[in-house]
Amino acid sequence: MSTNENNERRGKAPAGERVADWADGRLGIYSLAKSNMRKIFPDHWSFMLGEVCLYSFLIIILTGVYLTLFFHPSMNEVEYHGSYVPLQGQLMSEAFSSTLHISFDVRGGLLIRQIHHWSALIFLAGMFVHMMRVFFTGAFRKPREINWLFGFLLFVLGMFTGFTGYSLPDDLLSGTGVRFTEGAILSMPIVGTYISFFLFGGEFPGHDFVARFYSIHILLLPGIMLGLMVGHLILVFYHKHTQFAGPGKSEKNVVGMPLLPVYMAKAGGFFFLVFGVIAAIAAVTQINPIWAMGPYRPDQVSTGAQPDWYMGFAEGLVRYMPGWEINFWGHTLVLGVFIPLMLFGLVLAAIALYPFIESWVTGDKSEHHILDRPRNAPTRTAFGVAWVTVYMVGLVGGGNDLIATHFNLSINDVTWFVRIFFFAGPVIAFLVTKRICLGLQRRDRDKVLHGRETGIIKRLPHGEFIEVHEPLSQEQLHTLTAHHQYEPAEIGPTVDENGVERKVKGSEKLRVKLSNAYYGEDNQIPKPTVDEYKEITSGHGHH
Amino acid sequence: MSSQDIPEENLPAEQDHAHAAVTVADEKNPFADPGLPPHEHRIQDIDERAAKRSERVVALLFTVSMLATVGFIVSYVAIPHDKSIFVFPIGHVSALNFALGLTLGTALFCIGAGAVHWARTLMSDVEVADERHAIAASPEVRAQVHADFKQGAKESAIGRRGLIRTTMFGALALVPLSGVMLLRDLGPLPGTSLRHTLWAKGKLLVNMNTNQPLRPEDVAVGSLTFAKPEGLEEAQEDFQNEIAKAALMIIRLQPDNIKDKRELEWSHQGIVAFSKICTHVGCPISLYEQQTHHVLCPCHQSTFDLSDGARVIFGPAGHALPQLRIGVNDEGYLQALGDFEEPVGPAFWERG
Ligand code: HEM
Ligand code: FES
Repeated sequence: MSTNENNERRGKAPAGERVADWADGRLGIYSLAKSNMRKIFPDHWSFMLGEVCLYSFLIIILTGVYLTLFFHPSMNEVEYHGSYVPLQGQLMSEAFSSTLHISFDVRGGLLIRQIHHWSALIFLAGMFVHMMRVFFTGAFRKPREINWLFGFLLFVLGMFTGFTGYSLPDDLLSGTGVRFTEGAILSMPIVGTYISFFLFGGEFPGHDFVARFYSIHILLLPGIMLGLMVGHLILVFYHKHTQFAGPGKSEKNVVGMPLLPVYMAKAGGFFFLVFGVIAAIAAVTQINPIWAMGPYRPDQVSTGAQPDWYMGFAEGLVRYMPGWEINFWGHTLVLGVFIPLMLFGLVLAAIALYPFIESWVTGDKSEHHILDRPRNAPTRTAFGVAWVTVYMVGLVGGGNDLIATHFNLSINDVTWFVRIFFFAGPVIAFLVTKRICLGLQRRDRDKVLHGRETGIIKRLPHGEFIEVHEPLSQEQLHTLTAHHQYEPAEIGPTVDENGVERKVKGSEKLRVKLSNAYYGEDNQIPKPTVDEYKEITSGHGHH
Repeated sequence: MSSQDIPEENLPAEQDHAHAAVTVADEKNPFADPGLPPHEHRIQDIDERAAKRSERVVALLFTVSMLATVGFIVSYVAIPHDKSIFVFPIGHVSALNFALGLTLGTALFCIGAGAVHWARTLMSDVEVADERHAIAASPEVRAQVHADFKQGAKESAIGRRGLIRTTMFGALALVPLSGVMLLRDLGPLPGTSLRHTLWAKGKLLVNMNTNQPLRPEDVAVGSLTFAKPEGLEEAQEDFQNEIAKAALMIIRLQPDNIKDKRELEWSHQGIVAFSKICTHVGCPISLYEQQTHHVLCPCHQSTFDLSDGARVIFGPAGHALPQLRIGVNDEGYLQALGDFEEPVGPAFWERG
């Protein structure tokens, strides 16, 4: 029987193989490895952005677990007697004093704290840039919409995890941020006051929020994020990676190098590179020196109070909103705070839902594995840049006091500039980006039809000067013409075959309008056809 | 490394890079996919000496990493945790943090650099194509799954037995309510607690800095004084909650400069007391402009005019700072004449 034969062969195998055999008999690892060990990963620098996120998350977990060994999530007031002299004898929460203990009395504690905080900043920046890479290359299209949502959720949860962590040391700066949050919660109509009392266990600041934020920060949110991240990676494996167009690459294949060994070595090595760089940053760049701020007191504040960068967008919205308040029937509608709170959600939702809007407009049900160059999707790219502009205007607005003091401007002027730019900025960005994309498309078209400019000037026998154009290789021709161009949608016949008038739904009209804005004349440059190419090249002959 | 060192037979075959003229492989469709370009050899693929050099670089990086780890351990043991050193250009830093961070960073970075260099120079860099398969199932599989599902649903009789269906959904919808109920004790109900502070008729205004009750003489023109109600001490259990509402800001104006009638009535010899908590989202206000009597909240720059009922003149705050009515008692100390008449701090739905 073949099983006997099998067992016999396995029995003589070297130790490593025997362990693998043992595991295979229980877990079926060979079938898993068969399809994955030599899985192909394409190479492009922008594909490393996701890895930066993954690795900084792992570093955050490693360092975070270390911090839990020393951090006391308690708001009991204690008198400080540690080795940081200027604060000795002062009253502070145990959370604050244990963070001082980590920073001054645990050897290497400060380093781990700083690595934890730097990784958090890099984690969120990485997610933002990674998300933009996916957006501008159209990698969110079918079949990857769900993974886009997973990634988006990771970004949003990352912001809240970062915010709750930032609040844990209970220092003057983070406490001010928590107060801000409480004020924003209070602005919510009807439920705001109740939510605030339930979150803080009564009035602000109370004695509970550090302990509550702690379980949210170290367990609830990271747990959800870990799940999402595993799901995210499983889907990346399952869908296989996207790739840019090029010779030998198609919608039906994926070209690159195998997981074992090249990708494993590069990706594994990259983890150490990221960790090493963050450790070096933490060695030389101080972050969040809570001892300089002191413990939180609701009646004290430091100037230039700033949240971490990923909250700057929300901060900006709140800063440049006019202070509208409506009083009626014994109630107050705090629009000045509530509108920014809503905008925060809406701006984020806009980018999260975009893939579904685009697929509705194109009506395209096929899978896409070849990435778009941003120029070849001008309307999408323009929308993305407009979105980033809104986000950046928020960030700038969040730092309006810093900008005013650094550049000697009046804070009023900066605020007004930001208010106007919040509306004008995205519109300008949209129009300019679209122009640029169309210009680049035109250039690609010229390149395909007339060849690449060589910079060599030639004088023809009759005296005319021309620049020599070098024709492109077939590789290049293919790369520049591989993208698919959609036809703008049209409203179908308004009468059916029996001559009865058909009602055109409003949603259909909207879809056709949008489709024309995306793919209509002047909204994309038709790519050269083979006939156009042949006509021109045959006329030229060989130079 | 000149190419003369490389044995002839190891050189890659001369490739026909047809860059000059239009020689496309496919005459019918010059845009057609020409297929994967041929693999180009790296120097390490053809020159064993170059490969050896790469190997040594990788090994060197791994060795540096080991040394750096030893350096980490030595620093941990040898450097006192309170020693500070001057490092150009960052300034004074903790010596231990600096040494531990750099040694750890080096140890990690070198492992990474070694692995990446190994992969780039010595592992095969031949590009391979993998096929993709449609994700959606074939029509037969799809039909089979749908049929199986219908069969299962039919066997459960969920469609036919409406009573079971309805009650089951009812039970499942209700059961999470227990969980919601359990959240009730996260905090007390707000009640009217946001409307009251520790201030009451007869409470003295105590200087935050000196912890002494204030007299009118103590309040100089042009200075900003912070006060708390008498009897509220830092060591008290509820200090943070109370000061979050009761914190007070006192200035002295010329009575004729006070533009608001009620403000004048509630002042004492030009001394006015306002809540220190910004009505925007609750930061404490801390900056005072003597000439204009404006105070500025450092958080989002709301600006209030203290000579005109503390109304908002700039920024995102929605209403004026609440004023505390003050007078002096028989012994000549400043005292409150009651609590604030409106809630202090950020606005909320029940504020009205
Ligand atoms: C997933 C993303 C996470 C982010 C973005 C994040 C971010 C942060 C930030 C910004 C701080 C403030 C550090 C400072 O004092 O400067 C912090 C503190 C802290 N974090 Fe995290 N963290 C994350 C996950 C975790 C995990 C998984 C754990 C533990 C298992 C953890 C444990 C802690 C502890 C104990 C503190 C307080 C100690 C201190 O501030 O020194 N964190 N976190
Ligand atoms: S809290 Fe004062 S301006 Fe926002």
